[in-house]
Amino acid sequence: MAGRPKTILSRIAQALPVVVGVVIVTFLLTRALPGDPAVYFAGPSADQNSIAEVRAALGLDKPLPEQFILYVGQLLHGDLGQSISTGQPVAVELARRLPASLELTLLALLLSCSVAVPLGVLAATRPGSWVDHLCRVLVTAGVSLPTFFTGLALIYLFYYLLGLAPTPIGRLDFLYLEPERVTGFFLIDAALAGDWETWLGALRQIILPAITLGLFTLAPISRITRASMLQALSSDYVRTARAAGLTGRTVVYRYAFQNALLPVLTTLGMVFSFSLGANVLVEKVFAWPGIGSYAVDALVVSDYAAVQGFVLAMALLFVALNLAIDIAYTLVDPRIGFEKR
Amino acid sequence: MTQGTRRGDAGSGTTRRGFLGMTGAAAAGAGLLPFLKVLPVQAGASDTAVVVIGGTINSLDLHRTGTNRPSYEVAVNCYDRLVSFGTKTLPDGSLSYDYSQIVPELAESWDIAEDSITFHLKPAARFWDGTPVTAEDVRWSFERAVTVGGFPTVQMKAGLLEKPEQFEAVDEKTFKLHLLRPSKLTLPDLAVPVPFVINSKLAKAHATAKDPWAMDYLHKTTAGSGAFKVVRWDPGQQLVYERNDDWAGGPLPGLKRVIIREVPNPSNRRALLERGDVQVSFGMPDKDAQELARSGKVQVSSTPIENCINCVGLNYKFEPFRDSNVRKAVACAIPYQAIFETAAYGQGTPMWGGKPEIDSIAWPRPFPYDTDLDKAKEHMAKSGFASGFEVPFSISLGIDWMEPTALLIQESLAKIGIKTTIDKIPGANWRTASLVEKRLPLHLENFGGWLNYPCYYFYWTYEKGHLFNSSNYDNPEIETLVGETLDMQTSNPAYAPKIKRLFEIAIDDLPRIPLWQPALNVGTNGVSGYEYWFHRVPDVRGLKRS
Repeated sequence: MAGRPKTILSRIAQALPVVVGVVIVTFLLTRALPGDPAVYFAGPSADQNSIAEVRAALGLDKPLPEQFILYVGQLLHGDLGQSISTGQPVAVELARRLPASLELTLLALLLSCSVAVPLGVLAATRPGSWVDHLCRVLVTAGVSLPTFFTGLALIYLFYYLLGLAPTPIGRLDFLYLEPERVTGFFLIDAALAGDWETWLGALRQIILPAITLGLFTLAPISRITRASMLQALSSDYVRTARAAGLTGRTVVYRYAFQNALLPVLTTLGMVFSFSLGANVLVEKVFAWPGIGSYAVDALVVSDYAAVQGFVLAMALLFVALNLAIDIAYTLVDPRIGFEKR
Repeated sequence: MTQGTRRGDAGSGTTRRGFLGMTGAAAAGAGLLPFLKVLPVQAGASDTAVVVIGGTINSLDLHRTGTNRPSYEVAVNCYDRLVSFGTKTLPDGSLSYDYSQIVPELAESWDIAEDSITFHLKPAARFWDGTPVTAEDVRWSFERAVTVGGFPTVQMKAGLLEKPEQFEAVDEKTFKLHLLRPSKLTLPDLAVPVPFVINSKLAKAHATAKDPWAMDYLHKTTAGSGAFKVVRWDPGQQLVYERNDDWAGGPLPGLKRVIIREVPNPSNRRALLERGDVQVSFGMPDKDAQELARSGKVQVSSTPIENCINCVGLNYKFEPFRDSNVRKAVACAIPYQAIFETAAYGQGTPMWGGKPEIDSIAWPRPFPYDTDLDKAKEHMAKSGFASGFEVPFSISLGIDWMEPTALLIQESLAKIGIKTTIDKIPGANWRTASLVEKRLPLHLENFGGWLNYPCYYFYWTYEKGHLFNSSNYDNPEIETLVGETLDMQTSNPAYAPKIKRLFEIAIDDLPRIPLWQPALNVGTNGVSGYEYWFHRVPDVRGLKRS
């Protein structure tokens, strides 16, 4: 345990080549995209001259290697460039949109874990019972319903028909002002500011999209919980524990569950990463100003700086995520440690 | 400790400046407008309205490179031009701007001479900061529009506004426009969103040597004299306008505050409008417009977009389409009615089955072709390609009417021996392929001209090499006729015959086959006074709660 800070540092150092690779690959890939941003941004009724003017203004008339050197130079100064489609610096835009996506994804995962993990445990301890069947139905529904469909259906029911949900137009209704920015997570910022009215407003806005996304992530988590619980329950150490006369509760939660958590944690990491991507559809449906819709909009118009910034931000996020999960492993299972390597 | 923090702040000066510059406008606006305290009381009040749009506003400055179409509304609502267009009532009772009537906005009057137009500015016209609008502001703004390049410069050029020397500030309130040559396009081109008047003193105070036109400043801040000011802009989410009570450009708007909210999903926009949570849904899909108009729950205005036609392009570079009989066969094979109902849900105006004789210069005009497979087969038999041929049919993935249209045409063309494969091109690549490289043999196209003259439409779409001539059409007679008519007044007796000749050639040569004139659909619930404008962005100045 003592070597942890050092090993964390070495892990970060190991991530550097990955990031460098990402920078090069995204630069080349965005240039290989079909479409010509100069034509696109020259706007309607532009002629050859104005297209050339726009190309020069965007710096796209320079040869590729020169563009790359300029780009890397900017990166080293922490400048991700200026998005042409939104007209804002990419770094500012990402800083504003990433928390929106993270808040939504984390809340969705929290919701789905709080349902899926108990459900998986119950299903494993009582195979063939109604809980097991309920688990199966929920899982099938969650996986087979596309998120945009679930989103629209929820809006139709809770907003349009019942009028219970607020207007599905993003993170806050017209009535509220954004809470003062500390973390960018509205729920946390509003709570820090003690502005409970805004907190409630933000919560009401986030519930439907979070449920939509949560339903989608329910399946893998509960399936893995169930499977790994079943495996743990049929293992030797559980048999021994039972034979030693420990109560069912202790056996299930202390011995089986803790050992079953490892694969669940791994899956959580994977689910988190793909739900950040799957966010796009939910974001579009709920007008959520997140990072997914930003990236897709930028891709559609070949907005190079924005796409590069997005991919880079995601790469850094995943490096951080993997590190966090590795650390979590050592907490869950002391046998696993950095020191062993 | 405190000192350390301060040093840290100073060290990160660049990022802080950038951040402040970014949020400056929004923060100032927020300071003026404590939403939470004020709005709940006012949300249902008689002077606030919410408009939802599907696109996103990416700049407050129309002149900036990369500013997209939805952003033009800021130029319309927050800035004034010298002149504007009047208002007329359409046959269906809805309001539209009136192209035939130029009315004062910043100028109270103007004198037209042979080689110049002299504008007299309204004495009461003031910018939001209280300084009077001067001829020098007009001159600076116009020079900016013709200098910065890209779209604004092209649009200014359409009205023969090309060189900075053309603009002269005679005195404080007199602005003189020197004409390169007299043209009927000049005055209407001064009423489009592009030549808006900026508070030049304020803008210059924020200009730098690298940025002499204050592009960075005006991108995030508005500095005008218009009916509304932007008090809050959250890019990608919303824009909040507040009325300028001292507006001199026209009658005081009926709404004190208008919130433009971006909602990408059309179903949600529709639900919001039906529930009455928003008052205007701008640019609804045709399907929603048709269904909502039938249900009668909300008011729907579907206005055919002036000087705009959805059409099929036949590229002259592609060998079979050089054959006049093949082009006519295609025109007779297209299932116009089915397309109009399936792809446009009956919104807009049919552009087929017109009278063969050309009796007026009204444009867009229905071409005299209709679905007639026998006639189409006859034309094919007469052509040099009687046994048929294969051709890719290109459409853009980003434009929703194209796919159903292409599928219906594909089915019909198969019956006359033309085998097509649908080639879907991503949105970012579409303009390059269809308009710049002009390499698509069979494709769909929809040019719409801001200046509402047939000669202007022909200028962009039928002249050789011009951007929207995606068919590579080349006809010297068209060049001559367009050259002669473009500047000519419509009252000139020579005008109508020349335009009729243009129509004749277009109908016979068929580089573009018109399908229908699309409509702009706007739903309102609880507000009145919506007016159609050629620029197809919401003009909120005329709205009031009903």
